[in-house]
Amino acid sequence: MSARSNFGRAFVYGDDITTDALAPGAYMKKPVEEMASHCLEAIDPNFAKAVRAGDVVVGGENFGMGSSREQAAIALRQLGVNAVVAKSFAGLFFRNAVNVGLAPLVCAEADRIRPGDELSVEPVVGRIENLTTGEIYTCEPIPPHLLDMIRDGGLLPHLEKKLRKTAR
Amino acid sequence: MGLTLTQKIIARAAGVTSVAPGEIVTCRVDLAMMHDSGGPRRVGPMLERLGAKVWDPSKVVVIADHYVPAIDADSAAILDLTRKWVKAAGITRFHDMQGICHVVLPERGHLRPGLFAVGGDSHSPTAGAFGCFMFGVGATEMAGVLVTGAIWLRVPQEHSVRWDGRLTTGVVAKDMVLAMCRTISLNGIKYGVVEYAGEAIAALSMSERMVLTNMTAELGAQTGIIAPDRTTVAYLAEVGVDAPDAITWQSDADSTPFKRWAFDATSLEPQIAAPHSPANSAPAREHRGTAIDQCYIGACTGAKLSDLHMAAEILKGRKVAPGTRLLVAPASTRITAIAAADGTLATLAEAGAILLPSGCGACAGLGAGLLAENEVCLSSTARNFKGRMGAASALVYLGSPYSVAAAAVAGHIVDPRELLAEQAAA
Ligand code: SF4
Repeated sequence: MSARSNFGRAFVYGDDITTDALAPGAYMKKPVEEMASHCLEAIDPNFAKAVRAGDVVVGGENFGMGSSREQAAIALRQLGVNAVVAKSFAGLFFRNAVNVGLAPLVCAEADRIRPGDELSVEPVVGRIENLTTGEIYTCEPIPPHLLDMIRDGGLLPHLEKKLRKTAR
Repeated sequence: MGLTLTQKIIARAAGVTSVAPGEIVTCRVDLAMMHDSGGPRRVGPMLERLGAKVWDPSKVVVIADHYVPAIDADSAAILDLTRKWVKAAGITRFHDMQGICHVVLPERGHLRPGLFAVGGDSHSPTAGAFGCFMFGVGATEMAGVLVTGAIWLRVPQEHSVRWDGRLTTGVVAKDMVLAMCRTISLNGIKYGVVEYAGEAIAALSMSERMVLTNMTAELGAQTGIIAPDRTTVAYLAEVGVDAPDAITWQSDADSTPFKRWAFDATSLEPQIAAPHSPANSAPAREHRGTAIDQCYIGACTGAKLSDLHMAAEILKGRKVAPGTRLLVAPASTRITAIAAADGTLATLAEAGAILLPSGCGACAGLGAGLLAENEVCLSSTARNFKGRMGAASALVYLGSPYSVAAAAVAGHIVDPRELLAEQAAA
């Protein structure tokens, strides 16, 4: 679950990573496993093969710009990525990420992270430890009303919990 | 201090008298639009999992446009599922293969000024041309709306974009928006809202205004909006929408934007955005001579009736250059019908254009007209991100329908005014 601390290697990309790169249109009608195996292939054909559970994707400005397709966030989750660290996010991607339980962490120092750095990420407190360099970065706090959702693992489990409560 | 048009709509939907930027509020949704790609096939299983029903089927519009017509078993199954789900959910406002959602919404009278709406598509800001506050959401968030009828929102910062002066011949809304993408950048609005105003905006038709609000998505905005005026009211009357309060939806004179941007329409030239970003734009003449394999006139932003008229203006009595292909996918079946009746389609066909079905088609890499490795395309669509229209190595340039049609005739990029001037001289 993304609310828990997370440990993995950094996959570092630049500014303006698009939803077309994260979830290519040609695979949008395919099952999520197949779609995810093409995640980011337009910019890094190796990514989907190399990434392992717990790894962290690091971007620059405007991460996830483009379409409303939440498959862009789902593809990363499918590949085991629980957190994306970037200098800024496209607003729509930010909402989608929270909704599907992927933690979007806004970090001004994202550009200090190098490919392959070992990171320990704590989304709820907004703290990233770079185990390779020993540096510690702080992230912008996630608004409290969204933290609940991230803790529950996304909007659906969050709604499920709420609906169960009202049914009682 | 007064409120902006956006703040008034949000406050009304949140059931409060006033809101301020940055505040987090929960709003009741007046209209929820989804399409076949992000709609029923995604939200259906989520609603089932929650054991919930659509809160109010009369407030939902479903439009099948992304996978139309089916090109294989997968897309056929998606459309089949969409039709069955809509029926079971009791949704009557369903438009099946009648055109692209953002064009069908106003055309079929679903929009009126003051609406608070969400759409399962990133170009949902298009509705802002009609004085609606409409923004895009993903499928999970849409499922939340369908269950609760509400959505949270952080009141966006207001960006005022003024266009002074008047556009000159051969320069259109697409050129305005590509110039804005360059100046403001794809992240410049940071999920704020853009309100467009000024002499050049007032002079635009609804169809051209839609190009601006549609591609406000490309500026990193949550949405864009244009206050209703006589042009809006005339359009609403034409499509049979009774909205007596339409004109009352205006920003207060003493409301203050977070940031002001100013542009000059008179000095604007036709723009071309080079691969792989709408922000990578420059005057068309700087790309003169770039050879084009495929010219594509399509999508919600680039194949409305006015867009087909622009293409026909260039193509009248001319032929598509050998070695170049011109594909035209009118944005709706209603547009196709009008273009057939007024002779536009005949002009395009005589010039050698290939007519495609009304739907998203090649725009998002889903339908007919995809590009091969290393092919070069000039397109009237909204996005030229790497890999979007087919092979990752394909090069997609963006331009107005004038520019696309002109390149089809020349076989390479030209300033469309060269051809319009020849036309006028003849
Ligand atoms: S035409 Fe293109 S931009 Fe418009 S809704 Fe369809 S895929 Fe999106």
